Amino acid sequence: MLSAAGIHTFYGNIEALRGVDIDVKQGEIVTLIGANGAGKSTLLMTICGSPRARQGQILFDGVDITSAPTYEIIRMGIAQSPEGRRIFPRMTVLENLQLGSTPIGDDHFDEDVERVFKLFPILKERQEQRGGTLSGGEQQMLAIGRSLMSRPRLLLLDEPSLGLAPLIVKQIFEVIKTINEQEGVTVFLVEQNAYHALRLAHRGYVMANGRILMSGTGQELLANEEIRAAYLEGGH
Amino acid sequence: MAVLSAAGADAKPLDIGAMVKEAGLAGLIAFGLAFGLVGFETLDVPGGLAINTRFDDVAAVVVLTILGRIAMILLREHRPLLVAVIGLPFSVVLIVSLVFGWWTYFLPFSSAMVGWIVALMAAVFSLRAINALSHGDTVASREQREKTMDRIGARVQTAAKYVGPLLLAFAIILPFLPFADRRILDIGILVVTYIMLGWGLNIVVGLAGLLDLGYVAFYAVGSYSYALLALHLDMGFWVCLPFAGFMAALTGVILGFPVLRLRGDYLAIVTLGFGEIIRVILLNWYEFTGGPDGLSGIPRPTFFGLEFKRFAPEGMDTFHTFFGLEYSPIQRIIFLYYLILVMALITNLFTMRIRRLPVGRAWEALREDEIACRSLGINPRNTKLTAFGIGAMFAGFAGSFFATRQGFISPESFTFIESAIILAVVVLGGMGSQIGVVFAAILLIGLPEIFRDLQQYRMLAFGSAMVLIMIWRPSGLLAHREPTLLLNDGKSKPQETS
Repeated sequence: MLSAAGIHTFYGNIEALRGVDIDVKQGEIVTLIGANGAGKSTLLMTICGSPRARQGQILFDGVDITSAPTYEIIRMGIAQSPEGRRIFPRMTVLENLQLGSTPIGDDHFDEDVERVFKLFPILKERQEQRGGTLSGGEQQMLAIGRSLMSRPRLLLLDEPSLGLAPLIVKQIFEVIKTINEQEGVTVFLVEQNAYHALRLAHRGYVMANGRILMSGTGQELLANEEIRAAYLEGGH
Repeated sequence: MAVLSAAGADAKPLDIGAMVKEAGLAGLIAFGLAFGLVGFETLDVPGGLAINTRFDDVAAVVVLTILGRIAMILLREHRPLLVAVIGLPFSVVLIVSLVFGWWTYFLPFSSAMVGWIVALMAAVFSLRAINALSHGDTVASREQREKTMDRIGARVQTAAKYVGPLLLAFAIILPFLPFADRRILDIGILVVTYIMLGWGLNIVVGLAGLLDLGYVAFYAVGSYSYALLALHLDMGFWVCLPFAGFMAALTGVILGFPVLRLRGDYLAIVTLGFGEIIRVILLNWYEFTGGPDGLSGIPRPTFFGLEFKRFAPEGMDTFHTFFGLEYSPIQRIIFLYYLILVMALITNLFTMRIRRLPVGRAWEALREDEIACRSLGINPRNTKLTAFGIGAMFAGFAGSFFATRQGFISPESFTFIESAIILAVVVLGGMGSQIGVVFAAILLIGLPEIFRDLQQYRMLAFGSAMVLIMIWRPSGLLAHREPTLLLNDGKSKPQETS
C-alpha cells in the first residue's frame, strides 16, 4: 500500500534520512522504533511531503506522491496524527473533530463523530470542552480521533504514547488495534515505547541514524537480543 | 498571592522607613516628569513665544503623587482605615468644590479637568479602603481576578445575544433620537466605519491569526479606486463599490503571496512595509493620484439615482423633492449613516457565516496550529490568501465609503496610525470577537470624539484606557470564543449558535 524506496531527506545541510526503504501492506500494523533523533518523525513527515525527500520515491497505492503537496497527499487517504498531538487548544473537541473531516467534507460528519465517540467514549463527555483543557491522554485520543475523521486508509501515528501514564498508553494501544482490526485501517506507528509497539504490530522496523537497521515481524524483533539490549531493557 | 486575610488581623508592623523611601521615590519620579512637562508653558505673546513657569503646579503634582503612593502602600499593608478616614473627606470636599467651582482654593491647576482626575483617584482609593474594611480582603489574587473577568467576558458574550440586537436597534433609531444632531451623527458614522474596518481586519488578525500592520493600504486602495473611477470615467458610487472591493481584494492577494511563509513578528514588519509602500506610491504618482494634493470633488452617493442636493440638475429629481420633504443637509448625513451601517452589518453577517464554513474553520485552525492544519489536509497557502483577500475586500468597501463621504482624499488619510488604531480596535475587543470590536470601537473612536472638549487630555485618557485594559484584560475585553458547533442533546446535529 505504501512503499518508500531510497529516501534521503535533509534539513538544510543535515542529512536526516540516509536512504530509507519501508513497505506497508494493506491491513497491517507496522511499527517503526528507534532512539531520539533516529529520523522516525522525519520519515513520517517526509511521507506527507513536508519536508520533501531529496532523493528516492514514495508510492501510495501505486501513485507517486514524492512531490505531491501535503494537502493532496492527505486527500488521497493518508491521515497523520502528528507528534506532540497538536490539537487546536481554543477549539472545542467537536470543532477539532470537524476540522479532521476537512479532506472529505461534512457529508458523513455525524456518522464519523459517532464512530470516534464509540472508540473514545470520554470524548463524547468532553465534546463541548476546549481542546486545551483536556488531559494529556484525552488530547492524544482527540488527536487520533481527529485523524480518523477523514476516513483514512492509512493512518500514520507519531508517538501516541508520548508523556502518558502506562494505563492510558495501554488503552490507546487497544484502540489502535481496534481501528486496525474492525475498521480495516492500515496503521504505521512510530514509537519509542518499543515493547508495546512491537507486541501490537504485525511487523516492525528499527531505525538509527537515519537508516533502517533491522526489520521483521513483531515477535521476531521482540525476541532479538540486540533489540532487547538497546530498546527494551537498557532503556534508551 | 492568595486571598488576603482580614484587615489588620495579621498585619506586620508598618515599616515607616521603607514607606517614606518608596513614597519619596515616587515623588522624585513625579518631579522628574512634571518639571519638564508641567513646569513650563509656552505662551503666544505679540512678537513670539514666551515661557510661563508653573512651579506651584509641579509642587502639587509631587505632593499628590506622594499621597497617592502612601495610600497604595497602606492598602497593600492592610491598613485601610487611615486611607478611608483621610481619603473619603478629601474626595468629597474636592468633588463638592469642583461642582460649585471653589476648587481653585485647593489646587493650583488651571483646568477643572485635573481637579476631577485628582478627585476620582482619591475616591477610588477611599472606596477600595471601605471595601477592604467591610469585606476583609484588600486584594484579590491575580488569577482570581482573571477568572472573574473571564466569567464576566463569557457572560457578556452570552448576553451578546441580547446586547447585540439592542445595540443594533439603538444604532437604527439613532438618527431620529432628539439629541442626534449633526455632530453626533458624524461621530456615529466614524465609529461605524471603524467597526466595519475592525470586523474586516478581524478576519485577518482575529480569525486567521495573521498580524497585519498595513491594513490601511487596502482602505486606501478602495478609496482611490472609487475616486479615480468616479472622476475619470464618471461612474457612480454603486457601480464602483464592488469594483473597489475587488481591487482591494486583488491587492490583498498580491501582497499576501510574498508573505505566505512569514509568521508573527516578521509578517507584521513586512505588512507594515507594504502599507507604507502603497501610501508612498499614492504620494508620488502625481499624474495619476494627484500626489499630496489628493483628489477632490469626489461625487456623493445617490439614493437609487436621487441626489442629496437643494436643486436637481436638469430633468432630474432630488431626494427631497421626490419624497416631498423639506430640503435639509442632514438628510445626506442620515443616508450616509445608514449606508455605512448596512455595509458594516453585511461584513458582520458574512464573517459569522463564514466561520461555520470550511474556509472559516480553516482560518481559525491556522491561527491555532499551522502544522496540525497541514496534517489535516488544509492548504495553508489558499487559506491565508483568502483571509488576506476577503479582509482587504471589506477594507476596500469601507474605503470607497470614506471617499464618497469626505469628497476629498489624500495620502495623509492613510498613514500608519490608521492601521494601528484599527488593529487596536481588534486587539482591545478581544481577537476574533465580533461584539468586542463594537465595544472597542465605541471606546477608542467614540469616546475621544465625544470628549473632544477635553482637548489635550483626550489623548491622555485614550492612552490610560489602553494601559488599563492591557493590565486588566491582556487578551482583550471579550476574549471568550464562542464555539461554532454544538451537538443537540447528544444527538449529532450541527446546530447554529449566534
